[in-house]
Amino acid sequence: MDLLVETFFNLAIMREALPLLLRGVLTTLALCAVVIPLGFAGGLVLAVLGTTRSRWKRFLLACWIDFFRAVPPLVLLIFVHSGLPFAGIELTAFAAVAVAFLLNNSAYYAEIVRAGIESIGRGQREAARSTGLTATQTLTWVVLPQAVRNVLPDLLSNTIEVVKLTSIASVVALPELLYAADMARSVTYNASPIVLAAGFYLLLLWPVVRLLSRLEHRIAG
Amino acid sequence: MATPELSAWQRFVETFFRPDLLAEYSDDIALGMVVTCEVAVLVLVCGTALGLLLAYLRALRFRALNFLIVVFVDVMRALPPLVLILLFYFGLPSVGISLSSFVVLWLVLTLVLAAFAEEIFWAGMLSVRDGQWQAARSTGLGFNQTLVWVILPQAVRMTVPPLTNRAIAITKNTALGTVIGVGEILNQATTAQSFTGSATPLMMGAIAYVVLFVPVVMLGRWVETRFAWKRA
Amino acid sequence: MSEPGANGDYILEARGLRKSFGDLEVLKGVDFRVRSGELVFVIGPSGSGKSTLLRCFNRLEEPSAGSVVVHGVDLMARSTDINAMRRRIGMVFQSFNLYPHLRVRSNVTLALRRVLRKPRVEADRIAEAALARVGLADKADAYPSELSGGQQQRVAIARALALEPQLVLFDEPTSALDPELVGSVLTVMRDLRAAGMTMVVVSHEMRFAREAADRVVFMDDGCIVEEGSPEEIFERPRSPRLREFVAEVTR
Repeated sequence: MDLLVETFFNLAIMREALPLLLRGVLTTLALCAVVIPLGFAGGLVLAVLGTTRSRWKRFLLACWIDFFRAVPPLVLLIFVHSGLPFAGIELTAFAAVAVAFLLNNSAYYAEIVRAGIESIGRGQREAARSTGLTATQTLTWVVLPQAVRNVLPDLLSNTIEVVKLTSIASVVALPELLYAADMARSVTYNASPIVLAAGFYLLLLWPVVRLLSRLEHRIAG
Repeated sequence: MATPELSAWQRFVETFFRPDLLAEYSDDIALGMVVTCEVAVLVLVCGTALGLLLAYLRALRFRALNFLIVVFVDVMRALPPLVLILLFYFGLPSVGISLSSFVVLWLVLTLVLAAFAEEIFWAGMLSVRDGQWQAARSTGLGFNQTLVWVILPQAVRMTVPPLTNRAIAITKNTALGTVIGVGEILNQATTAQSFTGSATPLMMGAIAYVVLFVPVVMLGRWVETRFAWKRA
Repeated sequence: MSEPGANGDYILEARGLRKSFGDLEVLKGVDFRVRSGELVFVIGPSGSGKSTLLRCFNRLEEPSAGSVVVHGVDLMARSTDINAMRRRIGMVFQSFNLYPHLRVRSNVTLALRRVLRKPRVEADRIAEAALARVGLADKADAYPSELSGGQQQRVAIARALALEPQLVLFDEPTSALDPELVGSVLTVMRDLRAAGMTMVVVSHEMRFAREAADRVVFMDDGCIVEEGSPEEIFERPRSPRLREFVAEVTR
């Protein structure tokens, strides 16, 4: 029991690692503030492009989306971070994470928004067009607001995944929360900093997970 | 590296598709694919089974047990899997539990999938109307019999699409194993990359993932439309 | 288990049944008895506790207090195998509750095979006989969603009959049906009555009650207010509440 506490809940070590981890939290939050809006915007663009009548464009778009859904994000990240420099494209760790996340997340957000758009009946579109709105105006003011509302739980769920995913930035040495914790672990030879990091993730995400769970059950029930 | 005489296309090929490296490391990447598949299959089977078991236990409606299940599910949904992997891999040996990196990867991904699967199965079970329980119980079927023969077959239809998507997402997380040295695709690729100083193995790894997962993603798409039925 | 008739002539005997949902008391001490071969109709305004009472008879609803004895077996006793008893008490629901993922035949055979462990051939034979009784022998291979509401309800009746119950509970069996489909269900119930089946029916089909019931029970506000023959209840109601209710429904 003592050993367990000593290994995972060593308060002295946690206290020592706290400043480092707090800086990590800030970096994680900054990362989220960049990659979440970016990925969502990218997803919106892809989803709107997907409403085209051209079969060809829809097929190409589906290929693009499926490709980035098939490649694990960590593979994409390492490719962007360590592969592209060979082709003469040097990116900072932060930029590499932003690019990889944009490619990956926008594919997921796009699929969700697409489902939302499909959930809106033709009547809405026809009503809007009958009042003289253009196709773009109809999409912007009538279809998308309802579509997004309809898939809010899925958007929220995906956003939780994105926040969790920022932890892989540690692999390319971006000093976010998990990287900071793992640094502290390797210096102290003790797992407590990682437990502390887990605590921060829980603090950040547990309320959102609870909220999501309630939303999901309300819709199911 | 790149001499001025080379065209952009040649330079591109030289960087990402060097023929000698393609030949040299194809065996390693193939080995990585086998390991990735092994972990993925084990995680899928164990995670889904454990998730179903947890949903079953939750249906029994014991308060204390339900509380524990909900906490477990929430924690697994809120924590990044990489955090758990590092925690298990570096923490457990200090308390005398040494697990191989393969086992740690399998265990963490199984627990994460189980948590998501439990939520999905549970939502599916709730979506079956009360009348179905009552009708089955009124003919003398017991709790377990009702669950197995009446509720689950109906719940499964609802659960297949989200479960497929979640399962795909989590099997892709097998790539996280590289961080603790599981010899899966990404690990083989990055090892070869640092050894050769070329991006070709990375490209090979990426292609290996695409080969493995594009069919799976397309399957997921198909399942989604196939099971998208109107609820009566 | 005791022999039929061990409890006098009563196949069902409930005493002092109470049921509360939180602060709301839905049944306030109800005594209810049914003789073998009787058709008892339960009427009353919505919210009077009729359906809850019916559900207490096979413990789909757990009574807060009181006793239910079916065929001499105390349903509330811990030693009673409630699943075995439920097989002997058929139930037909307002919303049919057929299993949408199973064909009509399998809807009927599920309990036969999984509970009674009857071999497939025998279960199928029983199912076909039960379906023939409700006039749907030709629909055995259909899925519930391919049937009309009236046909679905008749399948639900066949599902109950296949277990050879000594008592069938009907919970508003025709309320969810379009008017033109009600007749086919009532015809089946009339046939059952002629064959001597014991039935308790909660329903708003007053004409059917008048024509087929041996006894009508009027409930209001969780209590039995009045009971008697159809003539007594519909022609000579004694309590003002029943008089009001009869005037309302026969208008």
